[in-house]
Amino acid sequence: MRKPHYLARTVLTIIAACFALAFLMPTVLTITNSFMTQSEISANYGQVFTNVAGKDGKTYISDTVNLKFIPDKVTFSQYITVLIKSPDYLFKFWNSVILVIPIVLLQLAVASITAYGFTRWRGKVRNFLFFFYVILMLMPYQVTLVPNYLVSDWLKILDTRWAIIFPGMFAPFSVFLLTKSMRRIPGSLIEAAKLDGSTEWQIFKDICLPQCRSALYSIAILVFIDYWNMVEQPIVLLRDAAKQPLSVYLSTINTSEVGLAFAIATIYMVPCLLLFLHGEDYLVEGIAHQGSVKG
Amino acid sequence: MSMSSADTLKTKKRADKAARTGTKPGRAARGASRGSRTRRAWDRGNEKLLDTLRSIGFLGPSVTGVAVFFIIPFLVVVWYSVIRSPIKPEFVGLENFKNVLSNATFRTAAKNTIQFSVVAVPLAVVLSLVLALMLECRIPCKSLLRTFFLSPMMVPVASVVLIWQVVFHYNGTLNEVLSVFGVERIDWLKSSYSQVVLIILFLWKNLGYNMILFMAALNNIPKELLEVADVEGASPVHKLFNIKLRYLSPTILFVTILSLINSFKVFREIFLLVGAYPFEDIYMLQHFMNNTFSSQDPQKMSAAAVLMALVMVGLIALLFKVEDIFGKDVEG
Repeated sequence: MRKPHYLARTVLTIIAACFALAFLMPTVLTITNSFMTQSEISANYGQVFTNVAGKDGKTYISDTVNLKFIPDKVTFSQYITVLIKSPDYLFKFWNSVILVIPIVLLQLAVASITAYGFTRWRGKVRNFLFFFYVILMLMPYQVTLVPNYLVSDWLKILDTRWAIIFPGMFAPFSVFLLTKSMRRIPGSLIEAAKLDGSTEWQIFKDICLPQCRSALYSIAILVFIDYWNMVEQPIVLLRDAAKQPLSVYLSTINTSEVGLAFAIATIYMVPCLLLFLHGEDYLVEGIAHQGSVKG
Repeated sequence: MSMSSADTLKTKKRADKAARTGTKPGRAARGASRGSRTRRAWDRGNEKLLDTLRSIGFLGPSVTGVAVFFIIPFLVVVWYSVIRSPIKPEFVGLENFKNVLSNATFRTAAKNTIQFSVVAVPLAVVLSLVLALMLECRIPCKSLLRTFFLSPMMVPVASVVLIWQVVFHYNGTLNEVLSVFGVERIDWLKSSYSQVVLIILFLWKNLGYNMILFMAALNNIPKELLEVADVEGASPVHKLFNIKLRYLSPTILFVTILSLINSFKVFREIFLLVGAYPFEDIYMLQHFMNNTFSSQDPQKMSAAAVLMALVMVGLIALLFKVEDIFGKDVEG
């Protein structure tokens, strides 16, 4: 293997590059298509979106569909509509922000404390609890949907943001990941701090949290992306359309406004993109050392 | 050849273990600093109590939240699943479960979901491992390619769905391309290929992240081990199966679990692609749950939820067992 096999490497590179481009395509398409005029979009994709989701069956001129990467004429008209003409979309965007940011922050706060608890103490009860969290983490949303709905109903928070924020706050996913990365902190470090007379809270705050910084960051990205795209929860728990996040609204956009949909999607993508470009290395590093499932 | 490299693996493990135990002087030091035996016993008892209190302090908030928002309501769901109706709470045993299990829609949904997960999850694991191994081979622009593979994570689901519709529509791009080769047009999402389309969508979305998990794990394999194997003249295939895969086994399990979670989330995409009542082949358990939810049938719904939960518990217990068998080998 030391000898460079040029042919093999070239072939591998080409295959990898092809795959990578295929993966990138939808992202690029979304962005470039957002700079097209509505008429160009209709001309290109009209056929497809006439009968989507059983909406009004408008007919369009063209009957061939072609994916188009480069717009004939670059226009910002879609963006102008989204950002200036109809403030509705910006409100939805804001809805997403005030839903997702609290969930990410609260979930990380709760999860880091819990993860510390799971890291420091062992025993039968703890193992059982942890197993329970793993099960809960793996439950498809549709299993927890009914319980969520019941609780929201009891607490009278149905149709308010809290119906989504509270369950999100206690979601076990980040507890699991954080416990794994805290387990990797050398025990000697904690013992040393203990001998120096640190309290558990100090150990947690001054030793464990800084050590887990990259894990915290990567989990924040994952949780953010997950909730930023949520559709199921708002549909059931937040039926008040005025409070629904953009992710839901984006999916109900009228078929005659597909062009707008691309522009909104691009705007919606920006926070994820920024987080991503900023934290890609953390993403690799933070969750890389996951080790065993049991913790 | 095979003997030698297995031996090196063993030595390496032993060295690891020694290093690990060596870095934990804390416990011994503390024991030595204590006074008489009774004092030590008293301390130990006290410390145990304190530890319990502290762990309650740290675990408390989360456990309370989980209890209020998940466990207690789930118990109510279990209760709902064994009574006739919330208004007439009469114990009916397993009747609701029998009803659900004999429900044709439920069966189709269960079959589709199982079929999807059984195909998609292993594919997601194997293909991402292959991609990771491919990118390992000193390919130019590695980090750029990595970013490309990760890009699907950022795109909002709703806009991905738009593009997927354009590609797989009856008059869509795929059919256009295929018709050049004389293949007949198919309405992909309403054909027996609809699951294939979903699997492609699932793989497209999840391969990138799985891949970087594998890449990171591959990086963690001790280099000396691979070098020794090289010197001993081990073949690439041999190195892959006897060294790399063994070190990767915890990651493989982790990726499997992540993929399993994500395979249930594919409902989101189906829902946005084709609505609440898709073609029969892609009618998933999640559709069943959602539709039962809107039709206000708490008994059917609860029984289905309990069944799903039971299956999941079984599956997870199985995964834990698997880890017990394979995980012990190479820890850390």
